[in-house]
Amino acid sequence: MGRKLLLEHINVPGINTFDVYRSKGGYAAVEKALKTMSPDEVVEEVKKSGLRGRGGAGFPTGMKWSFLAKPEGVPRYLVCNADESEPGTFKDRYLMTYIPHLLIEGMIVSSFALGANTSYIYVRGEMMPQIRILEKAIAEAKAKGFLGKNILGSGYDLELYVQPGGGAYICGEETALLESLEGKRGNPRIKPPFPAIAGLYGRPTVVNNVESIAAVVPIVNEGGDEYAKLGIGRSTGTKLISAGGNLKKPGVYEIDLGLPVEEFLYSDEYCGGIANGKRLKAVVAGGSSVPILPANLILKTINNEPRLMSYESLADGGFITGTMMGSGGFIAYDEDACIVRNTWNFARFYHHESCGQCSPCREGTGWMEKVLHRLEHGHGKMSDMDLLVDVSKKIEGNTICPLGDAAAWPVASAIRHFRDEFEWHVTNGAEATTRNYGLAHYADPLPKLETAG
Amino acid sequence: MLRVEDAQVPVEFSPELIAKFDDVVSRYPEGKQKSGLLPILHFVQAEFGWLSVPAMDKVAAYLKILPIEVYEVASFYTMYFLRPQGKYVLEVCRTSGCCLVGAEKIMDHIEQKLGVKEGEVTPDGLFSWRGVECLAACGFGPVLQIGPEYTFYENLTNESVDKLIGELTAKAKN
Ligand SMILES: Cc1cc2nc3c(=O)[nH]c(=O)nc-3n(C[C@H](O)[C@H](O)[C@H](O)COP(=O)(O)O)c2cc1C
Ligand code: SF4
Ligand code: FES
Repeated sequence: MGRKLLLEHINVPGINTFDVYRSKGGYAAVEKALKTMSPDEVVEEVKKSGLRGRGGAGFPTGMKWSFLAKPEGVPRYLVCNADESEPGTFKDRYLMTYIPHLLIEGMIVSSFALGANTSYIYVRGEMMPQIRILEKAIAEAKAKGFLGKNILGSGYDLELYVQPGGGAYICGEETALLESLEGKRGNPRIKPPFPAIAGLYGRPTVVNNVESIAAVVPIVNEGGDEYAKLGIGRSTGTKLISAGGNLKKPGVYEIDLGLPVEEFLYSDEYCGGIANGKRLKAVVAGGSSVPILPANLILKTINNEPRLMSYESLADGGFITGTMMGSGGFIAYDEDACIVRNTWNFARFYHHESCGQCSPCREGTGWMEKVLHRLEHGHGKMSDMDLLVDVSKKIEGNTICPLGDAAAWPVASAIRHFRDEFEWHVTNGAEATTRNYGLAHYADPLPKLETAG
Repeated sequence: MLRVEDAQVPVEFSPELIAKFDDVVSRYPEGKQKSGLLPILHFVQAEFGWLSVPAMDKVAAYLKILPIEVYEVASFYTMYFLRPQGKYVLEVCRTSGCCLVGAEKIMDHIEQKLGVKEGEVTPDGLFSWRGVECLAACGFGPVLQIGPEYTFYENLTNESVDKLIGELTAKAKN
C-alpha cells in the first residue's frame, strides 16, 4: 500500500474545518517555511522533490518557479488553476471539497516562495459549492493569522481570493485562464511572452494546478529529497488518479507513481476491476486529450513489459502504442462501450470548447465532429477514416494553444487502434445503430493478479 | 444570442447586490475592476435568472467598461443565459465518462418527464434542461447540476430524477 501524502486525513470527520485540519498537523508547512526558511530555500526543496505539474503537461514545478521574473518593485502573482474541466478528471474538485485547507496551506507556502502578496484561485464557475468551501476556509485561516498582514509575525503579507470562471474548458489553458481572470473571453494568448515574464495584468505570474500546489505542503514538511524517494525515476511522489467509467469502484485514488496499471485496475485496494463482470476494452489514461489505448496495450507495453502508472511508462511507445499521464483522468471502457460513439462524443466536446481563434482548430474540430456523427449513425464511408486522420494531422501543431492537439489525438488514436470497429460501422451501418461491436482481437488478456487472488 | 426585444425588460440593482459587486472589485489592483466581470455576472444571473441586455448594460456602467465588453464575455461562457430559462435548469453532463454509465438515458428520461426538448422551458415556467460538458464528477455519474448554487446530484437514476423533479415542484409551489 502506497503512502498517502495528500489524502491521508481525508476521512477524518471535520477535516474541512481549520481546527481539525490543524490538529492533524495542518499549517505546519506554513510555520516551517515562514519561520525557518527563505523563499529561495522553499523553491530549492520543490526542485529537489522532482514534482511535476499535475495539471496535464507534467512540467517540473521547481523549474517553472525558478523562471519567474522578479523585477524590483513590480508585483508578481501566483494563480491556482482549479478550472478542472478535462473530461475524466475530478481529483481537484474532490480535494477542494473534502480537504480545502490543504490547498490554502499550499497556496500560502507557494506564494511565499514566489514572493507573491496577492494570489488567486481560479475555480471553474460550476463549482460554486467548492467556491463557498474555499472562501470559508480562507476566512478561517485569516482569522487564525495564517493570511493577511504579517503572517505569524514573519513580516510576510498575503491576500488570497477565489475567482469563479464562467463555464469554458479552454480557461484551463493557463493564458486563457489569465485572460478570463482579467474579465475577458478565454482566448489563449500567443506565447512568448510566457506568464513567468508577463502574466496576470502583464506581471510575472506562475500558474499551477490544485494538486501541484497541495503537493508543496508535504514537500516542505518532509523535504524535497524525502518526497523524491517515492515514485519511480523521474516520476516522483504520489499522484491523484480520478478513476471513472465502467469500474467496480470508481473514485479518486492517491497512488505512488510507478504502480502497475494492472494492479491499479484490478486490485481491491484501487478500482476493483471492471463493473458487472465485464471485460476491459479500452482505457483513456490521462483525461480525454490523451491517446486512447486498447486493453492489451494499457496493461502491457509493446515490448511486453508491464505498463506502470508513471509519466515515462504510460508514454512508452510514443503515440503509436503509448499514451500520456496527462491530468490522471483514468476512464475505463468495458466490452459494451462503442469506440466510434465515444470518439464522436470527444470530438463534439472539443468542437464545443474550441475558442475559435485559429481556423485549423475551429473548423477542424467541427469537421471531425460531423464525420464522426455520420459514422456513428450508420452513414459513414470507408474513406472517412483517412479523412479524419488527415483533418487531425492538419490541426496538430498548427494552433495557438494545445487544445488543437488535444482534439486531434483522441481521434487519431481511436482510428489507429480500433479501425476494424470504424470499418464495421461503415459496412454494417444499420446494425451498428442497434448493437455493439464488442471486443474483437484487442480483447484484454484477463488479469493475472497475485494480489487479486 | 442577443435579441432586441430583451432590451425592454427593466432592471434595478438592489443596494445588497451592489455591495456584493463592491466586495468583488476590492479583490483586484487599482484600475483592474474589469476582473470582477465574471463573478458579477454570476450574481446578476442568480438574482434575475438570466442576463438581459439592460442588466448587462448596467454592469458595464458599474465597471466603467463598454457594454460590448460585457456582451462578448456573456456570450462566450456557457454558464450565462442570454434568454429566460425555467426557474430550475437541470444541466446534465453529456460527456464520455457519464455516457458510459447511462447519461444519455437520463437525458431521454428528463425530456419525457418534463415534456420539453433541450433548451425549452416547461409551460409552468418551472423547468428547463440541457446537456453540458464534463462537470468534474465523472466517477459519480450520471450527474446533473442546478444553479444558481450549482448543487450537484450524482449517481442519477430515473427514480432519483423523478424524486428531484417532484421535490423542486413542491418547493416552488410553497
Ligand atoms: C485546453 C487545455 C485545458 C487545460 N485545462 C487545465 C485544467 O483544467 N487544470 C489545470 O491545472 N491545467 C490545465 N491545463 C494545463 C495548463 O495550461 C497549465 O499547464 C497548468 O495549469 C500548469 O500547472 P501545473 O504545472 O501545476 O500542472 C490545460 C491546458 C490546455 C491546453
Ligand atoms: S487551438 Fe483552438 S482553443 Fe486553442 S487558441 Fe486555437 S482555436 Fe482557440
Ligand atoms: S464525464 Fe460527466 S462529469 Fe465528467
